[in-house]
Amino acid sequence: MDFDLSKPQKLLKESARALLARECGAGRVRELMETETAHDEGLWRALAEQGWTGLLVPEAQGGLGLGLVEMAAVAEEMGRACLPGAFLSTLFAAALVERAGSAEQRAKYLEPIAAGELKATVALLEESASWDADALKLEASRGGGGFNLKGRKLFVPDAGVADVLVCVARDGDSLVLLPVARGAEGVTVKPMPSMDATRKLYEVRFEGVSVAESYVLGADGDARGALQGASEVATAVLCAEMVGGMQWVLDTTVEYAKTRQQFGRPVGSFQAVQHMCADMLLMTESARSAAYYAAWALTERDPSARAAVSVAKAYCSDAYREVANRGVQVHGGIGFTWEHDLQLYYKRSKSSETLFGDATFHRERIARLVMSDE
Amino acid sequence: MDLNLTPSEREFRDEFRAWLGENVPAEWAGGGGGSEDRAEYIEYLRAWQRKLYDGGWAGISWPKEFGGRGATLLEQAIFQEELARANAPQLVGTIGLSLVGPTIIALGTEGQKARHLPQILSGDEIWCQGFSEPNAGSDLAALGTKAARDGEDFIINGQKIWTSFAQMADWCLLLVRTDAEAPKHKGITCLLADMHAAGVTVRPLRQMSGDSGFNEVFFSDVRIGPSQVLGEVNKGWTTAITALMNERANLGTGIQVVFKRQLEALIARSKTVERDGRPASEDPLVRQKLAQAYLELEILRLNTNRALTSLSKAGAPGAEGSIQKLYWSEMNQRTQQYAQEILGPYGQLKEFDKGAWEYAYLRTRGNTIEAGTSEIQRNIIAERVLGLPKSY
Repeated sequence: MDFDLSKPQKLLKESARALLARECGAGRVRELMETETAHDEGLWRALAEQGWTGLLVPEAQGGLGLGLVEMAAVAEEMGRACLPGAFLSTLFAAALVERAGSAEQRAKYLEPIAAGELKATVALLEESASWDADALKLEASRGGGGFNLKGRKLFVPDAGVADVLVCVARDGDSLVLLPVARGAEGVTVKPMPSMDATRKLYEVRFEGVSVAESYVLGADGDARGALQGASEVATAVLCAEMVGGMQWVLDTTVEYAKTRQQFGRPVGSFQAVQHMCADMLLMTESARSAAYYAAWALTERDPSARAAVSVAKAYCSDAYREVANRGVQVHGGIGFTWEHDLQLYYKRSKSSETLFGDATFHRERIARLVMSDE
Repeated sequence: MDLNLTPSEREFRDEFRAWLGENVPAEWAGGGGGSEDRAEYIEYLRAWQRKLYDGGWAGISWPKEFGGRGATLLEQAIFQEELARANAPQLVGTIGLSLVGPTIIALGTEGQKARHLPQILSGDEIWCQGFSEPNAGSDLAALGTKAARDGEDFIINGQKIWTSFAQMADWCLLLVRTDAEAPKHKGITCLLADMHAAGVTVRPLRQMSGDSGFNEVFFSDVRIGPSQVLGEVNKGWTTAITALMNERANLGTGIQVVFKRQLEALIARSKTVERDGRPASEDPLVRQKLAQAYLELEILRLNTNRALTSLSKAGAPGAEGSIQKLYWSEMNQRTQQYAQEILGPYGQLKEFDKGAWEYAYLRTRGNTIEAGTSEIQRNIIAERVLGLPKSY
């Protein structure tokens, strides 16, 4: 047994840290926060040149065809940099296409995604804000050799910059996955300004949008299973990203505690401060164990994978928030300012907490998995 | 990253599992809850260790030349897991096997090795650890048990406390002050003390859980010869740290299986106790708590596997032990509190599930104090892992 990154995985992680430090420093993050979409074409190109937009995409579709542990290693560094933009949204959509799409559809979407020429997102949540697929109400009506969409989706990440929105809708008792171009007739995208400005949310309205039968993803397959599988992949990647954010907060806080002087001593020499830092380490390392295990279990198709993803997300949701909380507390007043970069991570911890389901949602999933009598 | 067992690790596990299947006493069947102080019970446990010894399963981490198997860290973890999985009796000689033996191997004389190591392995001689004192707990180096020189010999006077296994021990790894003038870390000596010597008195301490797991030990003019010094005179602190590092390198691998069994019992119980006229297991709040207990335990398992990997690569035990101890002790308290909330007044009954929940709740209260308080573990993490300045 070896629960550690391999040499190539470590090298990949180090190169990700170096590239993101160069291309996505805190100053750049702040500039992008202030833009409408938080997207920067130059930065996106840089990610694509590394192959990251296609890291999980099979080689047949022009990707690197690597596993989730490699993706987690890169995502951890993205979280450390608080990378703004549509990376995770595109990854989620790509995972959905990979699972639900025909060979033609996979080629159509995954090749340009891997090449960095296409960004995508999944339009899932509605008014209930529930991540449970059973709570979805938007009905796709059949007609004209395809489906017609009328209604709205909320909290859709990166819809302002995604070229394609994969809308999850109801078709009676089953689900359908309908890819819609952002610019298609009848599609309106309106920002929903939210706390974390590095990850923009949108309301998407569909006013009689037609999707031809040939466009429908997973028409003859298991759309629900594909959605679940893709959600698990995206959730595991998000958890790794959260670990990177926690690590940044921990490192920054410990550094500050070593240098900030009060009563003639560094504040980090006081046990009240030391113990908060020790707890931050414990939570960060525990989150790391859980996130990488989820990534490994999904890659290996381990029977525990589904529970592992929920264990990771439930833990990371609480832990990132708590680590960020303590980070601000140790910093004192400066940590509460707009000027200090802690605010970026404090807000990211909150938006990540609810994305793909919060701790309560995932604990109930765990309960279903471990308490059933089967 | 590969979390599967290697073929040789699997082989080791299967071999020990098969041995346990044939050798765990049938009448044991998970017995032996509380009292560890009955003579008969002690004899029973000695016989069990003897059986392990005869099968070649005692002291597996020790080098082969001293009667061990030279087991890897991961094999040691598998060993603990399998013992717990088989619900085997506890190892009465655990302090000798995991703490005293490795320290004698590291620092002892040839005579000490020959005299003590075989007896530790076979369980013929049980050890306790005379470290803590009434006024030296977290600040262990403040210990005051006196060792006055009388010719070559030492005359010991003083008191130790919280000494597990003292009521059945034949020997004690004893820390004493040999130089009262020197700075506190530099006047300590480590002795191998005969618990049957004249002047040694053991008084069991009854815990709030009702049982007597640890003791007070009084030394009154106890004579100990110079051949019984482990390490060097006045360098006992180094010996103590060697011993404690070995203690903390045991990452709590066996206890996890016990936790897992308790959680499974709690989940089963949640289906039989009621809440608002329905099984508690259908109550969303109960489900949240059980899921939280499950995920915390799962993360303990994962943290352990990561720590084992990192210890295997680094060679020497680091602060991993402190992180593990802090995590599992606080987790265990939370989980037993969930159990109490789910079971209500049943959880406090001495006859409900043989008093297991009542006992566990009280016993866990000690977890964040014994073997280094949570505060000491946080200090260690802050200073040794995070590099923060010392607070004292």
